[in-house]
This record gives sequence, C-alpha cells and structure tokens, in this order.
Amino acid sequence: MTERQQVSQSIDPRFQELIPGEPSLSEVTNEIAAPIEKGPGALWWGAFATAAAALAMGVVLVGYTIGTGIGVWGLDRTVGWGWAITNFVFWVGIGHAGTLISAILLLFRQRWRTSIARAAEAMTIFAVMCAGIFPVIHMGRPWLAFWVFPYPNTRGPLWVNFRSPLLWDVFAISTYFIVSLVFWYVGLIPDFATMRDRVKGWRRRIYGWLSLGWDGSTKSWQRHEKTSLLLAALATPLVVSVHTIVSFDFATSILPGWHTTILPPYFVAGAVFSGFAMVLTLLIMTRKLMRLERFITLDHLDKMAKVLLTTGMIVGFAYGTELFIAWYSSNPYERFAFWNRAFGPYGVGYWIMVFCNVVVPQVFWSAKARRNVGLLFVASIFVNIGMWFERFNIIVISLSRDFLPSSWTHYVPSMVEVGILVGSFGLFFTCFLLFVRFAPVVSFHEVKVTLAEQKHGAHHAADEDPAAPRSNWSGTTFGRPSPRTRGA
Amino acid sequence: MSKRRSPSRGAIRYHVLVLDDADETVAAVRRLRRDGFDLHDVYTPFAVHELDVEMGLRPTRLPWMTLLGGTLGLTLGLGFQAWTATANWPLNIGGKSNLALPALAPVTFESAVLLAALFSVATLFAASRLFPRGRPPSQPIAAVTDDRFAIVVREADAAFDPSRLAGLAGELGADPFIESWKVE
Repeated sequence: MTERQQVSQSIDPRFQELIPGEPSLSEVTNEIAAPIEKGPGALWWGAFATAAAALAMGVVLVGYTIGTGIGVWGLDRTVGWGWAITNFVFWVGIGHAGTLISAILLLFRQRWRTSIARAAEAMTIFAVMCAGIFPVIHMGRPWLAFWVFPYPNTRGPLWVNFRSPLLWDVFAISTYFIVSLVFWYVGLIPDFATMRDRVKGWRRRIYGWLSLGWDGSTKSWQRHEKTSLLLAALATPLVVSVHTIVSFDFATSILPGWHTTILPPYFVAGAVFSGFAMVLTLLIMTRKLMRLERFITLDHLDKMAKVLLTTGMIVGFAYGTELFIAWYSSNPYERFAFWNRAFGPYGVGYWIMVFCNVVVPQVFWSAKARRNVGLLFVASIFVNIGMWFERFNIIVISLSRDFLPSSWTHYVPSMVEVGILVGSFGLFFTCFLLFVRFAPVVSFHEVKVTLAEQKHGAHHAADEDPAAPRSNWSGTTFGRPSPRTRGA
Repeated sequence: MSKRRSPSRGAIRYHVLVLDDADETVAAVRRLRRDGFDLHDVYTPFAVHELDVEMGLRPTRLPWMTLLGGTLGLTLGLGFQAWTATANWPLNIGGKSNLALPALAPVTFESAVLLAALFSVATLFAASRLFPRGRPPSQPIAAVTDDRFAIVVREADAAFDPSRLAGLAGELGADPFIESWKVE
C-alpha cells in the first residue's frame, strides 16, 4: 500500500468528498459567482418567463377575487375552508425543510448542508410568503387584515382573542417569517461582501449596501458564528412550533377527522417531508440552470432522498395510526370520517396521497435510484402532489361530511381558485429565479469552511495516529481551543 | 482598494502580512504573538476556527443579549396577554378562567423567540458596526473576501523593528508584505 492510499484510508469519512476535486478558495469564489456575473442562459429566461406569466395570472385572479368577492370561489356554508386554506397549509409545510436544513442540520453538525442551506433558506422565505397570501385573501375583506394584530383601536380597545388558534397562527407565521428572513440575511452578509469586492460600478454599490460594510475581521466572524448558532438554536423549536400551531387550527376544533391529538407531530413530519421534496425539485433545477453540479453533488441528492424515504415512512405510519385510532375509538363519527376519507366521494384524493407519499418514496431504498437525477426529480414532484392532497383530504373531506347529513355538500374549486394556486407557484418560482440570479445561491464562506475542514482533516489524518482524538474542527466551535493547539 | 486612506489615529503605523491558507495563518498568528508583536486584527474570507483563541480574543458576550431579548419577549408577551384578558377587557368565554395560561403559551413562546432573535442580530450589527454604507470599509486588501488572509500588525512602541517583521513575513510565507498600511 502506498503512503497516499494509507492516508486516504485513514481519513475520517466525514471529511471525504463533500466538495469533490479539492478546488482552491478562489476557484470556489469564481465558480459560485460565475452564474451571477455571466448572466443567465436561455433555460433561465424560459423558466423565468413561465413563472412570471403564472404570477401575473395569479395577481389578476386575486384582484378579481378581492374586487368581486369571495363568491367567485367554490366555498359554501359547509365547506368554508377549501382550496385557499389547503394551499396555506401546503406552503407553510414547504417552508419547513429550509429551516430544517439550515438550522437543525447546523446544530447536528451535518457538514453536507453547507452547499444547499442557502437555497433551502431562500425557499423557506418564498414559501412562507406564498402561504401568507391565502389566509389574507380568504378573509373576504383583506383590506382589514391588520385587524388580526393587537393594536390600540377605537373599538374598546377590543383586543384580539389570544385564546384562538387562528391568532396563534398569526404570531407563529409572522415570527417564523421574520426569523427566517433575518437568519438568511445574516448568512448572506459576508457573501454580499465577496460579491462587492468582485464587481464594479452600480452593482458594487448595491452589493456594498447589502453587505453592510463587512470586512471579515476575526471579531466580526466570531460574533457572526455565534449569532448563526443562536439563530439556529432559536429556529429549531420555532419551526416545530409553527406547524404544530397550524395543526391546532384543526386539532382544537370538534370536527371528526380534525379533532385528534396526532395532528401536531403528523403535520410536522409531513412538513419536513414535503419541504425536502420541494428542496429536491429546486436544487435539481438550480444545479442544472446555474451549472453548480460541483457544489450540489449527487451525494447531496442521495442524502436528501434518504430523508425523503424516512419522513415518508413516518407520514405513512401516521396514516396507519389515524385509521387504527378511528376504529379503536368506537366513535361512529370518527369511524365514518376515515371510512369516508378513503372510500367516499373524494376517495381518489386519498389514494393519490397514499400512492405519492408512501409508495413512491420506497424506490429510494435503492442506492441507484437515489443517485438518478431524473427519477429524483419526478419522485419529488409526486411527493409535492401527494402532500398537497394530504392537506386537501384533511380539510375538505372532513368539512364536507360533518354531523348533519342535511348540510353535507360536495365542494369543487372554481377555476379562479385553481388559477390562484398556479399563481402562487408563479410567485414562488419568480422569487427563487431572481434570487439565484442576483445572490450567491451557494454560500461562499460556508463552503470555504467545509473545504478547509476537508483539507485539515486530510492533513490531520496524515500527521497523526488515526486512533488519537480529533481536534475540534467541526461546524461551529468558535471560542473553544482544541487540544492540539492549546499547549502550543 | 483602501490602501491609501488618510491616517486619522495619530502616528500609529500598521503592517500587513498576506497569506493564502487558513492553517498557515493560524500558525503565523501564533508565531507573531510569541515573538511579541502586537496584532491589530486578522481578516479572513471565512470563519477560521481557533483563530480567535490564537489571537487571545475573548469569547463574544453576544449570547447575553439573546437571553435578554428572550426574557423580555417572554415577559412582554405573557404580560400583555394577561393584561388584556384580566384587566383591560376581560371577556367571559364559556365561564372559563380569564387567565387561561395554557392558551397563552403559543403567543408567549413566539414573542420570546422573536425578540431573542432580533436582539441577537441587532447586537451583531451594533457591535461589528454593520450598517448600509455605499463605500467599502477599511480592509487591508479586497481579496480577504475571496482567498486571502491578512494579518495586521500594529507598530506598538519604539522597540518595534520593521526589518525583523519583514524577515519573519518572508519566513512565514506572507506574500505580499505591505509596509505601512493606514487604518482608518
């Protein structure tokens, strides 16, 4: 065995191949900045035109809804929460994967997150924006939307009802949006500084403003690292709370199919599942559009497929539990609600959900499937569809068959509602495409840290007995001396 | 970029060692401090771990502001809800207690998280003086946001020997070595 082989065998696998090819620091900068500096290709323009057209249609239809009234939708007295609230829950769920990747994987020191975290965080912000639109337009009189906030008013002041889950939602979603936005921006500051020092003219001015005069001094880095870590620690319980609170909208009611204690964990798992699917969809697009295959590697896609498989099975388990508890409760209304969900008039939606969320992810038991980009793309879209149907099933099927058969209805969305959903996808993709065009979609500084660790890990393995304790070169250890250097 | 900026802090002179590797930078900092040089600052393209320890920087006290923000958010969130429910406009909802604490938990939690996060970021911005500004800040060379590591050494007293630093810079592989950089 040559010396080189020995070294490569003794390297901790955690340090291997996160960024293949050992690029130099300036190569990292150049490659990540290239798509921003060179300008977009035809593929980007095509995608952007499609997304912008969908957004324009959405804007027109939202304007039509507000101008004419909520009657242009298919809602009736029985099904008061239909398409719009389904979309709201769907989009909030999509957002969760961004926080999971950026915050929870940071706390768990998963280094592979560095090249995908930025895109995932951006996705969170745009998804929460899309989500926020639906409850507001659903209010019927959206110009009074500010009534949901507790402000001193001339009506008493009559305060908002702090005991209502709908108000908890207002606080949860707005906090989530603000914290995600701040977290994303704090991470972007050093990267905007890198862009500032590369470009010229008016773009330099803009990046200069955005980078807030970042100069890369050690004390600033120390504070920056600490802030990122703290924000991650805050975002982690926050993200769990947000979808829990969204599920309270349903779970605290008395409607069979909604009134169950499984909803909070079920919603959180579903959110992670659907969010990872959307991250996969976006990253497969991004690495192609922006030619970032070196940073967003097959290994990343492979790991995300594993998360998809795991969360898909959690979701599948939840579906099973739900059915079992409905039967075990001996409550005829509960039993009927779930029987109706699977075999009633909307049964097709239930089986689409089961197929997309439980059956499709099973292909990822195969390592080959996890590294097949085309298959991953198709599967991720299936999961998105399945998770949308999950929300539709919970919300609409439960409502349409409530306690009094005389008030049962069959809700069908109007074309306006369908168009607004398409429009929300337009908003989401327009924002995302603009983001990848003007901001570094892969974090310069985080990739460089990973690269330094990779290199350091390799040196370290070469210098020392592999059995000896490692130095403390992990994700965020600022301020802790390593055993290796302390005595120096 | 900002190499030629007018001096404003008396006659203190600064010298810059530019390196291209994180490990070498940490080693150079260690060496310079051992040799009695007074380090002004080190500029790096990413967070080089252990560098702050090598430079003898104190751990940041920023987490205390996070704690303060969280505590404030918790108190304000709970206090405001309790005040509206019991004092300002009590409503009888199904004969239940006005101060129904479990129902107040979600908003209390969210406001605590919100203020903790905003306090942390505001502290980062204030302490590192980050605010929108059109012109680039004082940094020894622009490439520190790309692939260079710049160690800035302060000429502390009369005993300072530039030639000794220049020799050490060559030994440590610093290239280029900028003599007399003016810090704003």
